[in-house]
Amino acid sequence: MLIEVGHFALALALALSLVQAVMPVWAARSGDQALRAVATPAALGTFACVLFAFGALTYAHATSDFSVQNVVENSHTAKPFLYKLSGVWGNHEGSMLLWILILALFGALVAIARESVPPTLRANTLAVQGLITFVFVLFIITTSNPFARVSPAPPEGNDLNPLLQDFGLAIHPPLLYVGYVGFSITFAFAIAALIDGRIDAVWARAVRPWTLTAWSFLTLGIAMGSYWAYYELGWGGWWFWDPVENASLMPWLAGTALLHSTVVMEKRDALKVWTVLLAILTFSLSLLGTFIVRSGVLTSVHSFATDPTRGIFILAILILFIGGSLTLFAWRAPMLRQGGLFAPISREGALVMNNLFLAAACATVFVGTLYPLLLEMLTAEKISVGPPFFNYTFIPLAIPLLLIVPFGQTLAWKRGDVHAASQRLFAALAVALVVGLAVLAYTWGGPMMAPVGIGLGAYLVIGSVLEIVSRARGYGASRTRKASVVWRRAIGLPRSAWGTALAHAGVGVVVLGIAAQGWATEGLKTLKPGESLASGPYVATLDRVGPRMGENYSETTAFLTIRSTAGDMIGTVETGKRFYPSRKMTVTESGLLTLGVSQVYASLGEVLPEGGIGLRLYYKPLVLLIWLGAVVMALGGAVSLTDRRMRVGAPARAKTKPVHAGSMAAAE
Amino acid sequence: MTAAPRLALALLLALGSAGGALAVQPDEVLKDAGLEARARDISAGLRCLVCQNQSIDDSDAPLARDLRVIVRERLQAGDTDPQVESYVVGRYGEYVLLRPVFALHTLLLWLTPLAAIGLGIFGLWRLSRRRTEPTPQGLSAAEEAEIAALTRRD
Repeated sequence: MLIEVGHFALALALALSLVQAVMPVWAARSGDQALRAVATPAALGTFACVLFAFGALTYAHATSDFSVQNVVENSHTAKPFLYKLSGVWGNHEGSMLLWILILALFGALVAIARESVPPTLRANTLAVQGLITFVFVLFIITTSNPFARVSPAPPEGNDLNPLLQDFGLAIHPPLLYVGYVGFSITFAFAIAALIDGRIDAVWARAVRPWTLTAWSFLTLGIAMGSYWAYYELGWGGWWFWDPVENASLMPWLAGTALLHSTVVMEKRDALKVWTVLLAILTFSLSLLGTFIVRSGVLTSVHSFATDPTRGIFILAILILFIGGSLTLFAWRAPMLRQGGLFAPISREGALVMNNLFLAAACATVFVGTLYPLLLEMLTAEKISVGPPFFNYTFIPLAIPLLLIVPFGQTLAWKRGDVHAASQRLFAALAVALVVGLAVLAYTWGGPMMAPVGIGLGAYLVIGSVLEIVSRARGYGASRTRKASVVWRRAIGLPRSAWGTALAHAGVGVVVLGIAAQGWATEGLKTLKPGESLASGPYVATLDRVGPRMGENYSETTAFLTIRSTAGDMIGTVETGKRFYPSRKMTVTESGLLTLGVSQVYASLGEVLPEGGIGLRLYYKPLVLLIWLGAVVMALGGAVSLTDRRMRVGAPARAKTKPVHAGSMAAAE
Repeated sequence: MTAAPRLALALLLALGSAGGALAVQPDEVLKDAGLEARARDISAGLRCLVCQNQSIDDSDAPLARDLRVIVRERLQAGDTDPQVESYVVGRYGEYVLLRPVFALHTLLLWLTPLAAIGLGIFGLWRLSRRRTEPTPQGLSAAEEAEIAALTRRD
């Protein structure tokens, strides 16, 4: 019964989202204010309905209701409860429902946000958001119904793919989806501005919190996915330039560019047309990512690619939104007045450079991901574009981008002074150079790029610290060295300044982590109990191999003791092969020993009948910095979100405190 | 779902291989450390043909193992790295190379970063030539009416 009500709620959401999409447009034509106001309750109603539907599906999964096909296909009574819950979105239908839930949530948030948005812009934004929701609810109802029943209900389900039975599934998709879908708001704002034919600093200010939120979550989502793949796949890599990864990286690159271009637009009234285009492209790339993952055009072997009608439907959605929005852009963009010229050497100049390199990087990933497909369609020639291509092209674009980051922070708006900025950044440059050289000397004979990366990472982190310190010390007459004053001023700096510094320092931390992987070591050997394998500064000794039972699997576990090369005891690690009888699948469970931010990574290979095992042992220095840095970046985004500017914009103040007619007259 | 499909895919691969062993096996490793390092380097650039975007160095599919063995055999026979690569390409086609060759049909691919930067610089150059002073945006009819209403109230 609940399932049918859930299904009905989804149908209701379809109708309500249509109301949300149509009414504001109709109101604009007829001038009926009451009609326009309908969009807000419609958005809230859509969210409530989708939330109910999602709750119904979750309940079905939690109670293992095998009369529901989705539960049969993805659950099992013996599955641990956490995975019963996360299993709701561990499949195509459920994850699509989560996608829509987040879409409706954002729609509802825009509807209730007390923002300084002009009413027309807000109504148009809600309408666009309503249209997106409508199309996706239509998609799920017609091609991917999660509420389909099975009769007779089987006694047991097929279980969830064992690789997905991991804590990673509980958090990675929700984070990623909030990121992807969050950019739909920015997109809706951009379309609304195009329909309206005007765009200004108010628009930029209204869009910024949404972009920041989406960006922060996308950053976390990608990082979490990367860490999950790192420990789950068992070969210790953390980024594979896989099409599905690229699909999430592209909106991130475009979103990062957007985040920076809106700042220029807000402060300098420039880059308007470009910002609108970026907003459209960012969400288009999110949609493209959804298409790539679910249609199977690029990765022909994965779990979601089953039904060609879905692929065609999503392709139609892509054409509708991307084609439609770009057409609208081509038609209306010339009407948006360009303004705000700027000197190349200024903060906005640096931000333009940021956009240039990010856009080029994004274009490279885009072309690299789709080129084999296009080439095969056009010429029937099959080529591969793999990690070496992306490393050759992406890194040369990333390095100049990272080099200008501290300059962007330090240069003044309008007219910056490179000389003064360089002087202020001298310490960062000098320390980074010394650090890089020292590391190079210390590791002489090792990889050359790693010390360069360490220097670059140090430069970014120190640059961010310096920015806060120099701003806190003040300029000119108010310049001070008194620690108490500096401290007080530092605390008093705008949150956005702290957010920027944190996010940029986070990038530096990621770079440090990546660079250090140049020194990662790998050992590979067949071991019998009592034998050892060395990797880098650590030695693993196989103590014993034994069976172990889990809730819904049996495991062959290798118990290892990790010692330093000098023989000191460091810790123990267990790595195993898990056999899931429900799906008759074997999964490797890697063993991790975290030492500060470095890790010893053990992965079990073949288990030999005479008691030996194939063991792979990695030492991954500073590897956790890769993901911790991403967390710091997202934290920077969150701190920026709490900036006073986000909460009380000047127009908002005007709204809460209406200008008196008298003061208006006095101003005249 | 960045990782999930890849996880699923890795799983399919694991199913394809006997016992779900991992990538390079201890018995494949060459005695000569220098040759082995070269073999690893070459392997990282060769695609496992039955997998999705995995190098033969990472893959545990039987075909990847065969290729790894071939690479090592060629190296032991005294081939240079490019000779090994062209040997494998000769047998399996260009598809096997994870780094596409630089040729006419991949020109657009390789030139993308430069073209994107060039296009951006061109756009900026155009923008800087159009040295018009920014003009404030006009008010909409509704806003004009609102101002009129406000000023009338006096």
